Amino acid sequence: MDSSRQLFQYILSGLSNGAIYALIGFGFAIIYNSTGIINFAQGEFVMLGGMLTVFFLTVLHLPLIPAIVLAILISTIVGISFERLAIRPLKNAKPLSLIIITIGASIFIRGAAMLIWGKDTHAMPAFSGNDPLYLAGATILPQHLWIFAVTILIIIASRIFFNYSIIGKAMRACSYNSQAASLVGINVKNMVLLSFAISSAIGSMAGIIIAPLTMTSYDVGIMLGLKGFCAVIIGGMSSGLGTVLGGLLLGLLESLGAGFISASYKDAIAFIILLLILFVRPEGLFGKKESERF
Amino acid sequence: MTGKKRQILIFLFFAAAVLLVPLFFKGNYLLNVFVFVGINTILAIGLNLLLGYAGQISLGHAAFFGLGAYISGIITTRFPLDPWLVIVLAAVCAGALAFVIGFPILKLKGHYLAMATLGFGIIMYIIFNETVGLTGGPSGLSGIPNLHIGSLIFDNDLNNYYLVWLFTLVVMLLSINLSQSRIGRALRAINDSEMAARVMGVNARILKVQIFTVSAVISAIAGSLYAHIMTFISPASFGFNFSIELLTMVVIGGLGSIYGSFLGAAILTMLPEFLRVFQDFDIIIYGLMLILMTMFMPGGLISGIQKIAEFTAAKIKGMTSNNAQT
Repeated sequence: MDSSRQLFQYILSGLSNGAIYALIGFGFAIIYNSTGIINFAQGEFVMLGGMLTVFFLTVLHLPLIPAIVLAILISTIVGISFERLAIRPLKNAKPLSLIIITIGASIFIRGAAMLIWGKDTHAMPAFSGNDPLYLAGATILPQHLWIFAVTILIIIASRIFFNYSIIGKAMRACSYNSQAASLVGINVKNMVLLSFAISSAIGSMAGIIIAPLTMTSYDVGIMLGLKGFCAVIIGGMSSGLGTVLGGLLLGLLESLGAGFISASYKDAIAFIILLLILFVRPEGLFGKKESERF
Repeated sequence: MTGKKRQILIFLFFAAAVLLVPLFFKGNYLLNVFVFVGINTILAIGLNLLLGYAGQISLGHAAFFGLGAYISGIITTRFPLDPWLVIVLAAVCAGALAFVIGFPILKLKGHYLAMATLGFGIIMYIIFNETVGLTGGPSGLSGIPNLHIGSLIFDNDLNNYYLVWLFTLVVMLLSINLSQSRIGRALRAINDSEMAARVMGVNARILKVQIFTVSAVISAIAGSLYAHIMTFISPASFGFNFSIELLTMVVIGGLGSIYGSFLGAAILTMLPEFLRVFQDFDIIIYGLMLILMTMFMPGGLISGIQKIAEFTAAKIKGMTSNNAQT
């Protein structure tokens, strides 16, 4: 009885972490599909989302919603400037240069956040209180519900955007073949810029909704970014739904592993899964086979 | 003068300069900084063989550095074994590990390789932290003995300087030699186009694993030296940030340039010593350096300086010839 309740608790917290990983992974996939770049700075937008919201709430005393909107707006501007200043000038760059540039951007953003907000860990109030709800014997925080709701909303919205809007379809065209897309009159450069904007906005949103549960500091971006990457690798870059499943699976395995095997190796679990998937099935569990990855 | 003779001359000149440096810095704390410039040069060259020659990225090289340091540290604090023998053992272990994981990891390319090596580095870092019984965990491992040859104990800056730089010079010489060899040319071919290299009969798969192994062995030797010189090690020195610092050294100095690796290591090791403010800004400056160097000086400082020198020389020549005409 008690252990089944515990199991349910692990599953619940695993799924809510998993939803966050899925959102971050989504950001990776959007940029990868439009540019072929893995943006190592993705995690920093997650950090920016959380830190900026805390800053607006506690220093400027803004209400919650304007604080969140401003935080997402500023993170998106950072994402856009990053693309304009560092990615676009490099035409036909080797993957190695692109990796080094995005790593450079990642530690630059992290360093700037450290200088502005210091090295302290900041707490963010939950969106609607901390009174736990009881569900089948397990406790669930309102914030967990927020995480599930926001994740589902973002995924539905992006699905509609990519499948039914003309801009979304244009972005998908670029991901299949950017040369052909430009031949039919799609402005590929703008689509790349847009993919950075959307991806940094989604990343910062993920950072905002997780911050009340885990606290936030200038260096949370590394781990969250890497976990998001694990999610997208498990699910496969080409599959949107796969990324979500990958994120949830990673969250679950991590939470169960931490609960039943060893809490101190919690972070190692994600990376062992990452390496195994990369070695055995680099196209992801749910992705279509693509020769490019090899 | 032929290219080969010129290279030997440059190396001899460099070696002589290195050996003479302590005469000018006797008793100076800078000598201590130079010891770490030497260790970082070994590490940067190790990574450069992989990154600059073969074009394969590794974001987890601090793990091999740490592995060397911990194997030396753990064994010499527990068993009365000859530390020199343990250095060899540590190098063999790191090499064996690199060889085994090299096959699946180096099958990956580009971004995927970067993420896989990063994941490997983080797993090793977690192991250093969590196997408290062996490594002492986050609070570190202390009491590692200094190295000695007979009655010559390497426990002061001057002795350590010669110890480290002797290793550094040997690693430099071997690496320069490697780059001129058949293997070096094959590696550069893989860097330009793996497909083309394969077509020309280069066994790219084995070669990449071999250079990864060599690179890991070099890093582990640097780790052992570091452990015996510091006599104290903790996981913080072998984390993701240090892997990035190594990458920055190689990129700043120049991919594929051995002296560039020395320059990069020297700059990144000495800057914090000269600029106290650098303490808080270092991470931002590394980030900016990585971005700006990749964008504007992709060949690194060494080739950048050469280009600027050639450019100004051509300019001056042009001006003088113009003057002569008028």
